[in-house]
Amino acid sequence: MATLARLQARSSTVGNQYYFRNSVVDPFRKKENDAAVKIQSWFRGCQVRAYIRHLNRIVTIIQKWWRSFLGRKQYQLTVQVAYYTMMMNLYNAMAVRIQRRWRGYRVRKYLFNYYYLKEYLKVVSETNDAIRKALEEFAEMKEREEKKANLEREEKKRDYEARKMHYLLSTKQIPGIYNSPFRKEPDPWELQLQKAKPLTHRRPKVKQKDSTSLTDWLACTSTRSFPRSEILPPINRKQCQGPFRDITEVLEQRYRPLEPTLRVAEPIDELKLAREELRREEWLQNVNDNMFLPFSSYHKNEKYIPSMHLSSKYGPVSCKEQFRSENPKKWICDKDFQTVLPSFELFSKYGKLYSKAGQIV
Amino acid sequence: MSQRQVLQVFEQYQKARTQFVQMVAELATRPQNIETLQNAGVMSLLRTLLLDVVPTIQQTAALALGRLANYNDDLAEAVVKCDILPQLVYSLAEQNRFYKKAAAFVLRAVGKHSPQLAQAIVDCGALDTLVICLEDFDPGVKEAAAWALRYIARHNAELSQAVVDAGAVPLLVLCIQEPEIALKRIAASALSDIAKHSPELAQTVVDAGAVAHLAQMILNPDAKLKHQILSALSQVSKHSVDLAEMVVEAEIFPVVLTCLKDKDEYVKKNASTLIREIAKHTPELSQLVVNAGGVAAVIDCIGSCKGNTRLPGIMMLGYVAAHSENLAMAVIISKGVPQLSVCLSEEPEDHIKAAAAWALGQIGRHTPEHARAVAVTNTLPVLLSLYMSTESSEDLQVKTGVQWHNQLIEALNSWAQVILLP
Repeated sequence: MATLARLQARSSTVGNQYYFRNSVVDPFRKKENDAAVKIQSWFRGCQVRAYIRHLNRIVTIIQKWWRSFLGRKQYQLTVQVAYYTMMMNLYNAMAVRIQRRWRGYRVRKYLFNYYYLKEYLKVVSETNDAIRKALEEFAEMKEREEKKANLEREEKKRDYEARKMHYLLSTKQIPGIYNSPFRKEPDPWELQLQKAKPLTHRRPKVKQKDSTSLTDWLACTSTRSFPRSEILPPINRKQCQGPFRDITEVLEQRYRPLEPTLRVAEPIDELKLAREELRREEWLQNVNDNMFLPFSSYHKNEKYIPSMHLSSKYGPVSCKEQFRSENPKKWICDKDFQTVLPSFELFSKYGKLYSKAGQIV
Repeated sequence: MSQRQVLQVFEQYQKARTQFVQMVAELATRPQNIETLQNAGVMSLLRTLLLDVVPTIQQTAALALGRLANYNDDLAEAVVKCDILPQLVYSLAEQNRFYKKAAAFVLRAVGKHSPQLAQAIVDCGALDTLVICLEDFDPGVKEAAAWALRYIARHNAELSQAVVDAGAVPLLVLCIQEPEIALKRIAASALSDIAKHSPELAQTVVDAGAVAHLAQMILNPDAKLKHQILSALSQVSKHSVDLAEMVVEAEIFPVVLTCLKDKDEYVKKNASTLIREIAKHTPELSQLVVNAGGVAAVIDCIGSCKGNTRLPGIMMLGYVAAHSENLAMAVIISKGVPQLSVCLSEEPEDHIKAAAAWALGQIGRHTPEHARAVAVTNTLPVLLSLYMSTESSEDLQVKTGVQWHNQLIEALNSWAQVILLP
């Protein structure tokens, strides 16, 4: 029982003693726990690190192998590409060689002849030089001609001057102004004056009147017909002083129309013209130009036998002509003499005489 | 009153009229009197005197009218408004040659000022009478009629067509063959003014056989005649290739090159214009010009002229060089480039410099060889300075800029080749 009483007396402190005895270890518990945790964590860390290291090594191997595989694949591709490029470059170079040759050949043969161009340019430059020379010569010639013309003009002017001043020539007695005795030699004008011909006043030019034929004179038969001139007479004509005849009478007298004689008025071959005229008039009356032939055809083929008079070669009988010999080579022209019958003067003064004797009233 | 006294009154009036019209004609020669004359109403008075009985008064009145109308276009319009033209045209057909000359002078004086006045002349039917005058015997009448036709045809294409429709062209071609130099000159200038407007008109002129006659007359020593002939030929050949070929077939080369050496500036200018118009159409024509030695002659001509006379020559070189590189090389070996660079540097006018720059560009643009030939003459700095200078005009700047750019590229190309070759 004592123990129970002791236990019951200690029982209130059991709890506290239990707690306090348990709690004495608590800080150590924590410290030991912490230490254990630290150790464990360190160890776990080492473990994991070793594991990771191990893994890393394995992974490196795997990656190494994988990468090398990939690399070899890539290398194959690269080699292929390089090879291809090399081949293409070679082909290109060869093609360029071929093309170069071909283009040179083509251009030289078909398109552009270099030597021809050079020739052409040389020819052009030669032509240019020739043209330049020719043009210069032409210009020089023109200059020379102009100078010559100028000189000639000067010469002519001087000559004209000398001719106008001809009276200034020096005579034996009196020396002229260009031949002063105090000079060593006479002035060149003196020689010019000696050479020149004296100038006379210009005579008014006689205008050549157009030769008028007979018919023109006959045409202006009216009393008031004026011969036409180019310049109209001046209007402001002063009335002349003095006893002058009436102007109408004067004009009538001055411009009296021509009254030619019969002999002049008729042409000399009037006989022939009259014959022609007669023949023409007769021809007008003809119905048909053909000769009148007989009806029967019996006589068609008969030749016409002319009479003895007509068939001689000496022409119609005429005493004068028969015995004269003709020499055609001595004839001056082909035509024979014309028969000209002059008109006779019997009727030329008809009605123009002053006296009225013998006229029938 | 006796007959004499009556006649004396008429004589006095006639004397007064003659004196008046002669004085007016004389006063009309001086410009300071013309205003006063116009204010005094001289037009209507002259119009009545045109219908006068005495031919001398008619002629002098027509001469006075012509001189007045010649002075300025107001007076010419006054002539048209006063209805003087129909009367002139009517009496032109019947009167003597002095009157015809004076009337044609009036028509020419009116027609020269403006197209409307020329149209008025055409409307009153003057063209037919003028063409009839061209058939007259007197060369003075023909000359006056041809001059009037020339001034009418000068303005525009319709009026030229009207002149051609009136049948003037064959008669003008006949006039060219006449011996008088003045008539030849006027007929050639009339043909030139007709042909310049359009290809059809030029074709009409060629169809009338003018080209052969014109080509023959190039050898004539008279400078003014040559000037008109060359102008006529260049107007004909400028329109199309066929016309240019026809002009070339008339064998103008190498005779035309002698005209380039003439003393007269206008003859040189027109000759180089003609060569330019021929060379610009096709490469074959340019080749023909080059083969005939035309390039050298033109270059010499450029060297001997100054100012605007050079311009057609410079343009001709540009056209020739533009066609192909062989021709450009031909221009280079004819020593064209130094001459062009001289033009470029020494000419004061902008448009001539622009033309020279363009020509150099055409020469140098083909291959590096050409560019080197151009660059050797030290033109690039000049071009650059022109481009940069503020005084040069737009056109000049554009042209020089373009050429400088082209040249530089080609030049660099050629230098690079030169470096890399060895």
